[in-house]
Amino acid sequence: MVAEPRKLKYDEADLRTLTVEDLDALEIGAGILGTGGGGNPYQGKLLALEAMKAGYELKILATDRIEPDALCMSIGGIGAPVVGTERLREGREGLRCLRAMEDLIRQPIDAIVCEEIGGANAINPLVTAALGGLPILDCDGMGRAFPEMQMTTFSIYGHSSTPSVMCDLHGNAVIFSHAVSEVWHERMARACVVAQGGGAMLATAPMQAHFVHRYGIPKSYTKAIALGQAVIDARKAQEDPIAAVCNLEGGRRIFNGKITDLKRHLRGGFAVGEMELAGFDDCTGQTAGVAIQNEFLIFRRNGKVEVTVPDLIVLLDVDTGYPITTEMLRYGQRVAVLAIPCHDLLRSAQALDVVGPKAFGYPELTFSPLPSIASQAA
Amino acid sequence: MKRIGIDVGGTNTDAVLIDGDTILSSIKVPTTQDVMSGVKAALAHVSGSIAVSGRPLDAVMIGTTHFTNAVVERARLERVAAIRIALPSGSSLPPMCDWPEDLRTAVDPLIFMVHGGHEYDGSPIVPMIPDEIREAAMKIRDAGITSIAISATFSPLTTECEVTAAEIVRSIIPEARITLSHTLGRIGLLERENVALLNAALQSLGKTTVQAFSDALREASIAAPFFLTQNDGTVALADVAAANPVHSFASGPTNSMRGAAFLTGLTDAMVVDVGGTTSDIGCLVGGFPREANNIVHVGGVRTLFRMPDLLPVALGGGTIIDPETGKIGPRSVGYRILSEALVFGGNTLTTSDVAVAAGLIEMGDKDRVKGLDPAFVKASLERIRDMVTDSFDQMKTSAEDVPLIAVGGGAFLIPEKVLGASEVLRVENAGVANALGAAMAQVSGEVDQVFSGISRDEALATAEAEAQAAAVASGASRESLKTLEVEDIPIAYLPGGARRVRVRVIGDIELS
Repeated sequence: MVAEPRKLKYDEADLRTLTVEDLDALEIGAGILGTGGGGNPYQGKLLALEAMKAGYELKILATDRIEPDALCMSIGGIGAPVVGTERLREGREGLRCLRAMEDLIRQPIDAIVCEEIGGANAINPLVTAALGGLPILDCDGMGRAFPEMQMTTFSIYGHSSTPSVMCDLHGNAVIFSHAVSEVWHERMARACVVAQGGGAMLATAPMQAHFVHRYGIPKSYTKAIALGQAVIDARKAQEDPIAAVCNLEGGRRIFNGKITDLKRHLRGGFAVGEMELAGFDDCTGQTAGVAIQNEFLIFRRNGKVEVTVPDLIVLLDVDTGYPITTEMLRYGQRVAVLAIPCHDLLRSAQALDVVGPKAFGYPELTFSPLPSIASQAA
Repeated sequence: MKRIGIDVGGTNTDAVLIDGDTILSSIKVPTTQDVMSGVKAALAHVSGSIAVSGRPLDAVMIGTTHFTNAVVERARLERVAAIRIALPSGSSLPPMCDWPEDLRTAVDPLIFMVHGGHEYDGSPIVPMIPDEIREAAMKIRDAGITSIAISATFSPLTTECEVTAAEIVRSIIPEARITLSHTLGRIGLLERENVALLNAALQSLGKTTVQAFSDALREASIAAPFFLTQNDGTVALADVAAANPVHSFASGPTNSMRGAAFLTGLTDAMVVDVGGTTSDIGCLVGGFPREANNIVHVGGVRTLFRMPDLLPVALGGGTIIDPETGKIGPRSVGYRILSEALVFGGNTLTTSDVAVAAGLIEMGDKDRVKGLDPAFVKASLERIRDMVTDSFDQMKTSAEDVPLIAVGGGAFLIPEKVLGASEVLRVENAGVANALGAAMAQVSGEVDQVFSGISRDEALATAEAEAQAAAVASGASRESLKTLEVEDIPIAYLPGGARRVRVRVIGDIELS
C-alpha cells in the first residue's frame, strides 16, 4: 500500500507542543485528577521523555480546532498497576493499536483522544500520538480516573467502543469486533488482558471530532498541566500548594487529618477499602471516613456522607501538595482532603447510572453535587 | 557476648566495647579525611579494655557512610555493565534512563537489553536466548568491565533468568562480580535495577573498604570476625556485606535508633539523631526502625529496597547560621567543625556556637561566643525548636503524644519540650548510640514476592520459610529466629488471588 500524503484536518498553527516542564507538571496534575487511582504516571512520563529525546513531538489541540468529521481514536492502558511496575511496556503498543485500527477501518485516524486524564492514562495516549505523528485532543472521557471502560462520557452518551483493538508488548493484536454492551466489552477486555500478562493498550472505535467536542470533558490537558504547575510554582514560592489547587479547580479543602485506620481487601478484582481520619488544625475533634474502590469514592464527616463519586475526592500531602494514591496510603499519614466538583457531563441522570454512587455498590446513597465552578462564579 | 561497635559518621567516629549489656569503654573521635586513621584511633582506645573482663572478643560490628558518600559525591565509583533480561518488555525504557546525568557519567555504563524474563505467574514472557547473554558478556569483557548488574522481569518471583545469565557471564568473565537484582530489591523493575546498578558501581569500594577495616583490626590485634551494619538495623558478615554495599546506605541512622532503643529500654518511640550536618528523624516500632515502603531517592536515583523510613532535616551541630539574617542551614561545616566553629577558634557561626552561648553545652572556648547578642541566640534556638517540632510531627503515626529520644553528637540542640512529645529523653552515652546500636545488632532475612494460585495462608507460610532461610544464610542461628513483619497486599485486576507478600524475620548471630 502506498501511503498518500495525509490531508490534515486541522491547522498546524493551532498545535501546542509540550515541553519537558509541561510533562513534569502533567505528571503531578494527572496524579491529582487520579483521585487516588489511575496508576502512576511516572513510567508514562519516562516513555514520553524517551520519545522526545528521539525527536518526536507531543502536541495537543483544542477540540474546536479540528474539522467536525475528523476521525479521533481514544486509547488507554489496561491492566494491573503493580504488574506494570515490573513488566515495563515495550513502548509501541499504542502505535500498533493505531495502525491495527487504521487497517481495520481502512481509514486514517486524524487525532488521538485520551480516555482518562487521571493517573497513568493521561500520558500513555500522548506517547501514542507522538509516535504516530498525530495531535492529541485537549479533552478526555472522564475528567478524573474511573476503574472501568464503560465509565467514559463517550460510552455514557452513546458511543459504542467496539470495534476495538488491544495490543500487548509481544505484538499480539486482538480485535473485539462487537460487544453487545459496554459492560460486556469491559468484561472481555479484562479476560484478555490477563492472557496478555496483566498489561496492554486498548484503542476503542474511532469517534468523529464533533462528538468528542460535544461529549469529551473539555481542556483536560491544559487543566492537568496548570494544576501541576500551580503545585510546582507554589512550592517554589513557599506558598500553600493546596490552596493553589483549590483556586484553579473550584475545589474546597474539606478536611485535614491523619490516617488512623486503613482496611484493604479485594472484591471482584478491585482493590477496595475504607480509611478513617482523625482531624487536626481546623478539623480537630472531627473524624472522617473515605471509601476506596481503586479511587476515593465517598467522603464522610463524623459519619455523615458529604461528597460522593463522581465529584472528585482528592488526597494531597499536607506539606508538599503532591497527590497521594491509594497504594501510598499508610497509617499515620497526614493528608488534606479536597472536594472538587466534577464536570456537568458526569452529573446527568444518564451519567449517574454509570458513575454515580449506585454504580459502585452504594444503592442507599444519592449523589448530591458540590457547587459547580460555574455556580460558584455566579 | 563481648563486642565492639564502631560507627563512622560524616563528622564523628564512635566506638564502644560492650560485654552483654554493660558498656566497658566508649570513645568519640572526629572522622578524619582519610577515615581510617579515625577508626584506628577509636579502635586503639576501646581495644585497650578488652582484657579487663578476661573473655576474648566475640565480634566487631562496623557501620559506615563510605558508600552513601560515594554515590552522593559521584566519586570512587567504578564502571559497570547492565544486562536487563526483559525484552520485548521495556525496550523503550533502557536501564538508567532516569539517572541524573552526572552520576550516569561517573559510572559510564555499558547497557544491554536481551530477551527473556517472566510474567507474574512464573511463566516466561519469552524464552531467554543464551547467545544474547554470551554476546553481551564478550563485549563487557572486551571493554574491561568486571562489575555487572543483571535484572530480569519478575525476578523476585522467578529467579531463573538472572541466575542462568550470571552463570553464562561468569563462564566468559571468570573474575566478574555480579549483582543480581532479585537479591536486593522488590517488585518494581526500574527501581530494583537501579539498586542493582548502584551496588555494582560500589563493588571495588566495598572490597577496599572492608580490606581497610580488616587491616585496622589486625593492627589493633583483633582477630574476632567482623560485620558491617545494614539498613534495617541488622548486621552481615563483612565479606558478605562487601558484595552488597547498598545494604549499608542507611546504617548510620538505623544504628542510632537501635542504640536509642537499647539505652532507654523503649521499643516504641521516635528518635532524632542529630549529626554534624543533618538530623534524621525515624520511628522505632518493636525496637526496630520503621521500614520505608516507598521510593527512596539515593543520590538522585529512585530506589525501592530495604531502607528505614527517615525524614532528613538540615540541622546538625555544624549547621551554619547566617549572622545577618539568622537563617539556619542548610550548609554545614561538617567534619571541619573542630577548626571552623567559633568556639573552636574558627570564623563560622554554627548551631553549636549558639548552643554554647546559651549554656546548653560546654565545649571549646565559650569566651569566643560571649559577644553574641542574647536576643539573636534566643531567636536561633526558637528557629531550631520549630524545625524539630515540624519534622517530629510529620513522622508521628498518631495524634497521641509519644516519647522522643535525642541521640547523636548534636543532641544538645533538641529542646527540653517538643510539642506532641510526651517527653524528650536524653540518655547517658547518647553520643555513641550509633556505635552501641551497631554492637547490639542481629541478623535478618526478608522476602518480598508476588504469589498467585495459592491460598493466603500458604503464601504467607512460604514467604516466612524463605525469609528464615535467607536469615540463616546471612549468619543467624535458626533457633533464635522470630518473625518481625508480615505484610500482604492483594493485587488489583488479577485473578487467582494474586498478592504481594513481604515477610521479615530476625535472629541472633550464630557464634562459631
